[in-house]
Amino acid sequence: MEGANDMSAILDVRDVHLRRGDRTILAGATFTIARGGVAALMGPSGSGKTTILRVIAGLERFDRGTIDIEGVRLQGGMRPGAVLLKSLRRQVGFVFQFHHLFEHLSALRNITLAPTHVLGVPMAAAEGRAKELLASLGVEHRASALPRELSGGEAQRVAIARALAVDPPMLMMDEPTASLDPSRRNELGELLARLAGQNRTILLSTHDDDFARRWATTILRMDGGVVV
Amino acid sequence: MIARRRRLSLLCLGLSGLLSVRTHAQQSELQWAGDPEGGAPFVEADPNDPNKVTGFDVEIAELIARALKRTPHFLFVPYGSIDQAIERGTAEIGLSGMEDTPARRAAMATTIPYYAFREVLAVREADVSRFRGLADLRGHRVGTLGGTIAYEILLQGERRYGLQAVSYDDDVHPYSDLLLGRLDGVLLDNVLAERRRKNMPGITVQPQAVAMSHYVGVLAARNAPLRDSIDEILRAAMGDGRLETIFKKWGVWNDDQPALYASLVAREAVPAVSISGSNEQIVVATMSRREATLRYLPSLVKAAGVTLILSCLAMAIAVGLGVLIASGRVYGRGLVRLALTGYVELIRGTPVLLQLFVIYYGLAAVVKLPAFLAALAGLALNYAAYESEIYRGALEAIPVGQLEAARTLGLTERQVLRLVRGPQAFRLALAPMTNDFVALLKDSSLVSVLTVVELTKQTQIFATNLGSWVIPGTLCAAMYLVMSLPLGALARRLEERWRAPTT
Repeated sequence: MEGANDMSAILDVRDVHLRRGDRTILAGATFTIARGGVAALMGPSGSGKTTILRVIAGLERFDRGTIDIEGVRLQGGMRPGAVLLKSLRRQVGFVFQFHHLFEHLSALRNITLAPTHVLGVPMAAAEGRAKELLASLGVEHRASALPRELSGGEAQRVAIARALAVDPPMLMMDEPTASLDPSRRNELGELLARLAGQNRTILLSTHDDDFARRWATTILRMDGGVVV
Repeated sequence: MIARRRRLSLLCLGLSGLLSVRTHAQQSELQWAGDPEGGAPFVEADPNDPNKVTGFDVEIAELIARALKRTPHFLFVPYGSIDQAIERGTAEIGLSGMEDTPARRAAMATTIPYYAFREVLAVREADVSRFRGLADLRGHRVGTLGGTIAYEILLQGERRYGLQAVSYDDDVHPYSDLLLGRLDGVLLDNVLAERRRKNMPGITVQPQAVAMSHYVGVLAARNAPLRDSIDEILRAAMGDGRLETIFKKWGVWNDDQPALYASLVAREAVPAVSISGSNEQIVVATMSRREATLRYLPSLVKAAGVTLILSCLAMAIAVGLGVLIASGRVYGRGLVRLALTGYVELIRGTPVLLQLFVIYYGLAAVVKLPAFLAALAGLALNYAAYESEIYRGALEAIPVGQLEAARTLGLTERQVLRLVRGPQAFRLALAPMTNDFVALLKDSSLVSVLTVVELTKQTQIFATNLGSWVIPGTLCAAMYLVMSLPLGALARRLEERWRAPTT
């Protein structure tokens, strides 16, 4: 039951510029993402897909423009303060192309780390929720495995569970299809559709046209640092 | 081509000429060993030409060489190693204020004594009437040069009078520490004591001698025939006043010498050491090696304890400081980073021995650290620099992706360090840390220069008394191994445990 402002976008990216040295990475990227659904960011390599995701996640500063996400505003040319970053990260989760699981922790502990230390959830509750997440992603039997013991697909699911454990309204994924074979891609698509159905917004970058056409509710194309 | 061959043959001729000169020189040279660090009036670097040495031992070497129709050739050997150098044939005779001890007489071929000295007690002027002899120094610290008769007498004094013997590696710092109040007395021979009394105001030498002994020349036991000819040369020089001339020139002639020379010229036996008011001899001399070993074992074990405690504490501090320095260098701003980098480079770029000296002696005017604390601080500060480099490398080895993943989950930078980066870095650092700890265990032997008696120093003292390194050296090596081997095993177990998941 969303309120009257439900039609407002969850993410509003306006005129975002970023230069590194004499290379222009983002040249005025502008787009909005509506609440719910799966949005796919497509485009050739070097078009700025990964960078715009990193900028939205607060991992990278940008020179000019604004990004609004659920009442949090990132302003170009400024270093976001700790408080701002903290509220930003309650809104956006991030699943990296190479997962970046914490190598010294088991799959379960990877997932419980943020709930217990960031949200102050008691360990028992965090573990219960982590096990639920692992089960819903079909990898509950890998709970005690270390990241290096997981297959690529398993690691991705654990990384998704880790990002979902702090319950962000929006989940961004960088090239989630890159390391999956075709049948796994469809499983991922089903999973994303299910998540989007649970009132979550997915924003992902991909090279895979078929995947995007089949599973995305919105497709954005980037080229030369702008959304075309 | 022809020209080149001619040049080559010329070179060969030149070389063979050089070689023949060299062998000829070796035959007619008398290789003698001494330590110029001991300084005047024994052997010191010539103030006019630092490449030459002067001193009464230098002149005695010249006197002996001349009578043997050979040229004296000086070799620098540290005082504590002269016996070993003579034994292995580095030089033929050691002349450097070598003391006439029963152990040395037994193990080496010693010459007849050429100078009689008294062991005298130096105290601060204010204490002249309070500390007249060793018996007055119960509960007080008394210093001397390690491995000497004086040190052996002080060890007896520990048992008999309850004083505390402190061993130094040189003969200057006991006196400066006496003035600083770190010691309440210094027992050394009258030649050394006189020299310090003259240039260090505030020191008084008690007139009553604690013991008497002599300086002798030291040769290897297999060189007894050469020793016998040198004895005759010395006797002749005693009879015709040449020795007297030398000692007068260096200002150390006194009434003890004519008495000694009279006995020697009359071929009477002279005891190595006589302790005033006591018939007790320097103990070890009368013991078998087995007895000596049993007697020294407890002090070796105690010294190993000092080594272990010192190393563990120093490592604990070094780890803590190292973590702080590494965090500062990885996370800090420009100035903090610059200062920490400067510290690490300064410490790594200078010898730890020098750092220990600065902390104990150099800072004494500002803060008078007790020897153990100075040793602990020196080792800890030194190793902190090395540990910090290990941790910095380990921190930087953790993939940036994991740090970013932690940030996107909402962890603060501090939490990222504590929960993600630190634990993984620590695992990477464990093997090099263990390595460093074993190195520290052995480096801790350097603190003997600050009068801390740890395992190596105690071994040296033991070896000097016994006149042999075989038993003390073996025991010492065994004790270091007993301490360092379990560390390796512990580190391996930890590494294995961390390879398993932490659920």
